[in-house]
This record gives sequence, structure tokens and C-alpha cells, in this order.
Amino acid sequence: MTGEKIIESMLPMHDRSNGLGGGFAGYGIYPEYKDFYAFHVFYNDNSARAECEKLLGESFEIVKAENIPTRKIPEITDIPLIWRYFAAPRDSVLSRLQLDEKELVVRFVMHVNSKIDGAYVFSSGKNMGTFKAVGFPEDVGRFYRLDEYEAYLWTAHGRYPTNTPGWWGGAHPFSLLDFSVVHNGEISSYDANRRHIEMFGYKCTLRTDTEVIAYIADYLLRRCGLTLEEVASVIAAPFWSTIEKKEPKEAERLSYLRKVFPSLLVTGPFSIVLGFDGGMMALNDRLKLRPMVVAEAGDRVYVASEEAAIRAVEPDAENVYAPMGGEPVIVRVKEGAY
Amino acid sequence: MAISYIFPEFEVVRNFDRCITCRVCERQCSNGVHSYDEDGKVMLADESKCVDCQRCVALCPTRALKIVKNDCTFREDANWSGATIKEIYKQAESGGVLLSSMGNPQPLPVYWDRILINASQVTNPSIDPLREPMETKVFLGKKADDIRRGPDGELICDLPPQLELSMPVMFSAMSFGSISYNAHESLARAATELGILYNTGEGGLHEDFYRFGKNTIVQVASGRFGVHEAYLNAGAAIEIKMGQGAKPGIGGHLPGKKIVGEVSRTRMIPEGTDAISPAPHHDIYSIEDLRQLVYSLKEATQHKKPVIVKVAAVHNIAAIASGIARSGADIIAIDGFRGGTGAAPTRIRDNVGIPIELALAAVDQRLRDEGIRNNVSLVAGGSIRSASDVVKAVALGADTCYIGTAALMALGCHLCRSCHTGKCNWGIATQRLELVRRLNPDIGTRRLVNLLTAWKHEIAEMMGGMGINSIEALRGNRLMLRGVNMTEKELEILGISHAGE
Amino acid sequence: MKRVYANEKWCLGCHLCEYYCAYANSGKSDMVKALRGKKIYPRIRVEGDDKITYAVSCRHCSDPLCVKSCITGALHIEDGVVCIDRDRCVGCLTCILVCPYGAVVRGEGGVVQKCELCLKNAVGSPACVLGCPNQALVFEER
Repeated sequence: MTGEKIIESMLPMHDRSNGLGGGFAGYGIYPEYKDFYAFHVFYNDNSARAECEKLLGESFEIVKAENIPTRKIPEITDIPLIWRYFAAPRDSVLSRLQLDEKELVVRFVMHVNSKIDGAYVFSSGKNMGTFKAVGFPEDVGRFYRLDEYEAYLWTAHGRYPTNTPGWWGGAHPFSLLDFSVVHNGEISSYDANRRHIEMFGYKCTLRTDTEVIAYIADYLLRRCGLTLEEVASVIAAPFWSTIEKKEPKEAERLSYLRKVFPSLLVTGPFSIVLGFDGGMMALNDRLKLRPMVVAEAGDRVYVASEEAAIRAVEPDAENVYAPMGGEPVIVRVKEGAY
Repeated sequence: MAISYIFPEFEVVRNFDRCITCRVCERQCSNGVHSYDEDGKVMLADESKCVDCQRCVALCPTRALKIVKNDCTFREDANWSGATIKEIYKQAESGGVLLSSMGNPQPLPVYWDRILINASQVTNPSIDPLREPMETKVFLGKKADDIRRGPDGELICDLPPQLELSMPVMFSAMSFGSISYNAHESLARAATELGILYNTGEGGLHEDFYRFGKNTIVQVASGRFGVHEAYLNAGAAIEIKMGQGAKPGIGGHLPGKKIVGEVSRTRMIPEGTDAISPAPHHDIYSIEDLRQLVYSLKEATQHKKPVIVKVAAVHNIAAIASGIARSGADIIAIDGFRGGTGAAPTRIRDNVGIPIELALAAVDQRLRDEGIRNNVSLVAGGSIRSASDVVKAVALGADTCYIGTAALMALGCHLCRSCHTGKCNWGIATQRLELVRRLNPDIGTRRLVNLLTAWKHEIAEMMGGMGINSIEALRGNRLMLRGVNMTEKELEILGISHAGE
Repeated sequence: MKRVYANEKWCLGCHLCEYYCAYANSGKSDMVKALRGKKIYPRIRVEGDDKITYAVSCRHCSDPLCVKSCITGALHIEDGVVCIDRDRCVGCLTCILVCPYGAVVRGEGGVVQKCELCLKNAVGSPACVLGCPNQALVFEER
């Protein structure tokens, strides 16, 4: 699928955002560089760029560094420097720090975002990339020329910021490694989640709540080795009263997850789509305080806040349904298709 | 000494137009304030004995009595307050250390009252606890370090021992001896009914109360009174008391006159002997010694009971807590300088220690900075007065709170601060049988259950307002708090923003 | 039938039950007006010594000796409650002699009085129980 389709689907959603942030994530977009981490970085100026590139060069072999191609359009203004790097971690660094390469990437991202003034790494996965800006999503998509990329999975988001400023770094998706999150909602548990996750080296620097979900996903999936279903049972944990009614083994499992990860329960309204290498997971908060619908068309699956977004690009979509609060919808691309 | 320089603190005001001379005031005053004058057929009062416990006021059927502050005044000034002057006179008369009961009454800042709670508007729906589930259940204990799976890939669901609470409140340590059998029974039964825990304090566990074991924390303090193997295994958890907020650095002293009958038996010391808890544990002179005691207690209980270490909030509390978190303890209880006591030297109570709000915030942040917050749960105590104090404590980072004074007030305590006299008119801080009888545990239990049921409703309302439907999402959620009337430094330590920010 | 039971374990000997009883049966709307400066004639009495106290009032026996012995039929049973018709009582005091509990006493004006569970006064249920500060008196079915 090219990015054109997802831009189109965002058009009827125009009124759900206010022009203060739009963004996309595409998976499978860099087949020729699929073995390299693709870093997308905003810079306020060239001195931030120099500092960041120096740091990047110390730990990574950079095989390509370039401006991300954009299209000049009047709707997008106040544009920072937008760079992308394809890079591989240096073996010497990995062995010196005794880290696996993903951990090295995470530390690099956290360091840049928290320590280098005016530099934000907003995408750091392999064979995927996020593209975001201040503007309406359809304009952001055209700005980044997404019609020129092909992906097996696209996510998109239009922002209507309420608690935090509208700025380039604050647009969705938020991503770390190959995880990306788009989020409709507001997290009332944010500071509990943030202060917990920051114990493990993550730093919430982007001044918006959604960021923390990306880090929680990385922490639980990559560091703790939980399955997607288990992650859903942590962040949208079933109520104790529900757990009590489950059969004993399942009740034990669910109660264990709640007891071990109480601080990663996410409350407040949310519908999120978590993109990862090979698929996506859609999830609603446990009270279902935000809309989310799922539909299918052939071998494609669509998830959106409103059915209209799906109908815009797939008028004949079938099996349209709204998942229950806390019920994860997990979609994986067929083996070998990416 | 021929004359006393101290005038009575209170005045007994009797409305003779209402008094029916039923003499209940006389019968109920253990301090001997009231008496009946046969000749004049009127009630008399010796107010020099009055401690303003309000027992007579509460029982007077015609509301003919009130106790007011005596407005007779010393020549006070901003430096020499009436209270200070009186203390000088008392010491000049007695030559002794001044004793006080209950918490620090000085006008030092109460940070709870400078912290305000958030609520949702527009962008995030508030949740109505009457319509939606609202979870206040808390688990205390060390969390698992890593996730392990069996050969089939299934999660191995074993955890270090956990304590389950239906709400983030527990009754703090008050020993049998410092308080009465009936007070203990009320606390134990209420804890059981509420699904929370009460704490034996350092007085052993009366054999009648072993049946409440699932809801009991058994305490091991420096005097080791009443400690034996069955005791350690009787409760749900063991608490090592290193210190108390009302008297950091000081031990305890239960006078021999309170060591009578059952108290003596339960403490395993002879009747009439003073029960003196040393200031330090004499087997703990450093943190590594604490670690040994923690593991000794775990060994004695087959590693089935979480171990709580209770410390007073003192200047270096964050570093101390960090040490405890690495000592094998499962839970740290911090007791602030406003915490209550049955008896403490007045100077210590009023001048030693730091506020729980600052201590809690500093400890929670320090443990997070060191990445060991998951090693332990945190209990905050030292004057938690209401459901909003609980909400604020949890948002600052506490897993649960201890309440002592508030619980005693539910039982009838009127804060007369005379526990050390042993003549509690409400049957709480006394061992005199005719006074103990005044606290019927059926009534005591119901009042405690009522109090915490009310608090639970209020906690749920406040959580719902914030759009939070589970207490764990509130824990450490400092964005939900704002400060007023505080300096930058205070805000920084509390880790909260000023209102308007 | 619900009766008033005393639990000596919780009795404080405060005598408030006597005053609430006297007030309840005074017909007055204010306790001060009813009792101030007056001798009281309660239908419940606190007995005991300095170790133990308890309040005694009519047991409302199912086969009451007082009713059997009443020569005028003033004492009678209404729905299980032993009641007295003060207009018929001649003050012979036989009932006081036969009551094993000492629960029947002379009232003001010579005739006998006894606990009627406050069913006939404005309170409607035993005032002694309502006024007891320690639940040493209960009104219940046993």
C-alpha cells in the first residue's frame, strides 16, 4: 500500500484534529536498508545536528545520512531540519558496553532527546519510519511525500492537543525501535506510568502522554518478554471483579500480571494502535471511553476511531465491529510478506 | 511546694438551669473533676483536674456541660507563649522531663493542607464511582524481578509474599498495654471486616486475637516484648520497629502500673515491672545488622511473611530508606513527626523529625532514582487525617497509609493528650477494668468500619474525578497534585508543580 | 418477642437508663422540665456493687407471677407485654412481693408502675436502650 491510501482515509477525520499535529508510521518502507536502524531526527539548528551526528557516529556506522524528502506546501510552516540516517551499531561499542544492539539504540535515543538541546529522534526502527509535523494529517502526509513510500502497515493520527503544546515532536506516532503508537485519548495515569518507566532508563521528554505508551510497550515486550496479549492485560488490566470470575489458571495469570506491573496500568480514555515489526495491536481502555472500530477487506485489516475513515478507502469493508474495552485486536502480516 | 504557678487549663461551665443532677458526669470522670454536694443539692467541679476529654460533655443527657479554655492568661509575648511559660513552671515544680501524648501539636506546616488535587474537565471524562467499578485494592510487597516462563511458555506466577488490602489504609502499631484489650479487639475486628490490617505494636498478641491473624501485623521492636515463634507466625506480616515519628531516637516506656494481668502475660514480663524498650535495637547497630534481623525473621516464618521495617522520618530518611530497600525488607513504613504516641518526652515530640509529606516524597523519588522502587512497598504514617490525605499520600508515592490517631478518634478519643496518665475516660489508653469496659468492641468495630467505609467512598469520588479507576494508577501520580503557599524548594522536594502551572 | 436485655459486661453504672426512663414516662417534651429538681421514679434500676453493675427492668415473663397475683386485674398481658392499668391498681403491692426480679416498683402517687417497653409513651421503643452509651442494654428477640 502506498501512503496515499492512508492519507485519503484521514480526510473525513479532519474535524477530529485541529491542525496542531499529524503523523504517520509506515512499516516495510525501507526494504533496501532493512538491516539498518533508520533514525529520523528533528533539529532546531545545525549545531544540534553536529552534536547529534557526532554522538551517532561514535556508536553507529552511518551508511546513509540525508534530508528526509519533503514537498513544499503552504500548510506546513516553521519547519525544522528533518534528517534521516541509516546506521548499524558498532560491534566494538556493543562489546565494550555489554549491550545488545536494541538497548544501545534505546539509550542513544534517550540520550539525544533528553540531553541534546534542539534534537529529537522521532523514529528509530528497522525498515519502518514515522513522519510527523504540526499540521493536519492530510497535509503532513503530502508534505512528507508518503505517496512515494510503500508499506505493509500504515498508522496515522491527527492531533487535537489539550494538555500539552502542539509542536513537531509532540505529534503522533511516538516510536521507539520498531514500536510506534498512535493514541486517541488522555492518560489519567500518566505520571504514575512515567515515573515508573523512567526507572528503567526511559526518559519522557516529548511533553505528551502518549510517549509513555511506546516506552511501556518496549519495556514489556522487549525487556520483560511479555506477549502482546499479556501486555494488553497489563496496560488495560481487567478489573479484579472480572479476574475473580475467570477459571483459576487464567485468574492466576491475570492477577500475577496486575500484581507485578501495577504501575503500568493505563487509565483514562484511550484507543491505541501499536505498530510493530510484522503487525499491529489495537487496544481500548478497559471502560471503553474512546471509540474504535475494526473492519476487514480481503486480506487487509483496518482499525480506526470512526468507521467513516475505513469506508473512505474501503467502501465494501466487512466484519465491522467495535472491540470490547481491554480486548486486544492483534493483526500479524502473513509469514514472509514483509 | 506550697503554691502552684499553673492555673487550670480548662474551665468547666455548667448550666445549672439545665442540670438535673443525674451525676453521670461525676460517675464518668476518672480524674475526679465532678462531685455532688449533698447539702446544696448541686454538682461541683474541680477544674484543676480536668483534661478536656469531653466524656462528661458527651454523656450529659441535658447538655448542661461544656468545657472551655480558661482565658486566664499569663503575660505572654511572641517569644514567651503561655505554653512555654507553663512548661517552665512545671519543670521548676517537678524537676522532671515533660511527658506528652499524641502527635506534635506545634504550628509547623501541614503540607497536606497546601496540596490540591486535580479533576478532569472536558478532555478526559471523570468517572462516576456509583456507576463504574472503582478499584481501591492494594498489594504490598516486593514485586518480581524478572518474568519467568515454564517449558510450555506459560508464565510462572510465583511472587514474593504479598499483603492484600481492600483500600490503602491500615491501622498503625498501638500495643496492647498502651491501649486496652477492647481497643485492640475493635481494631482487629474492624480490620478483618474491612479487609485491611491492624498492627499489634510492641505488646505481643493476646491469645484471643490469634484468630484475626490474617489481618494482623505482628511487631518486633527493641524490647522484643511478647515475641516468640508462634507470635511471628500468627500474623500476615512482621514489622520491625526501628523508630516512631513522635519520638525518633527514643525507646518506649510502659509504666509498671499498666503491666497488669493480661498485659503482663501477653508481654511475657512480670506484673508491675516497667516495660522499657531501648532506644536502639541492641542487635542492630548498623544496616547490615538490620539485614540479619530481616532474614532471621524470614527464616523463622519460612519466608512466607513480608517483613516491614518502620522508621521515623528523620533528616536523612531517603538514604536510610534506600538502605532498607536493599536489606531484604519487603515494605518500608515511614512515620512522620506528627505521628501519635501514648507517651513521649515533650521536647522530642515537638522538635525531632520531619514532616511525612516531605519524607515520603523524598524516599519515593530516591528509590526511583536508584531503580529499586519495585523492591519495596511504602507505607506513610504520621498524621493521615482524612481520605484526601490518603489520596495525596498515594499520589506522592505511598502504596498505603497507616492511621493511628484517626482510628482512636473513631473509638472515642478526644485528643486530650493524657494517655500517659492511664486514666483514659474513653476506655482506650487505660488498663483499669472499669474504664476499659467503657469501650464496647461492638460499638468500636462499627465506628471504625464506618469511618473507613466513608473514606473509601471519598477516595473513590476523588479518583473518579481525576478519571482514574484504579488506585495503582494514582500511586506516584504527582501530576495530579498542585501546591499552594509553598517555596520552590518545598515544591521541588514534593515533586509537584505550583497551582496554575 | 423483643425484650430488653442487660449485658453486665458493658454496664458502666452510669445510671443514664434510669433518667431516660423517667423522662420517657414523664409525658414532658423536655428532659430538663421533666426531671430538674425532682425525685425520679424510673422503671429500670441499676444494681450491683463497685465491681459489677447491671440494669434491671421487667422481664415480661411468659407466665408472669405478678399478673397471676394481681387482685384487681390491673396487671395484664397485651401482645406478650406485661402492662398495668393504673386506674385499676389499688396499691396492695402483692405484685412487688411476688416479682422475683424486683422489677415492679411503687410509683409516684402510691400505685404500682413497671416497664411497658415504652410502647405506650411518645418514645415508642425502650428509651433506656436508646440512651445507653455502651450498648449494655439491648432490645431484641432471643
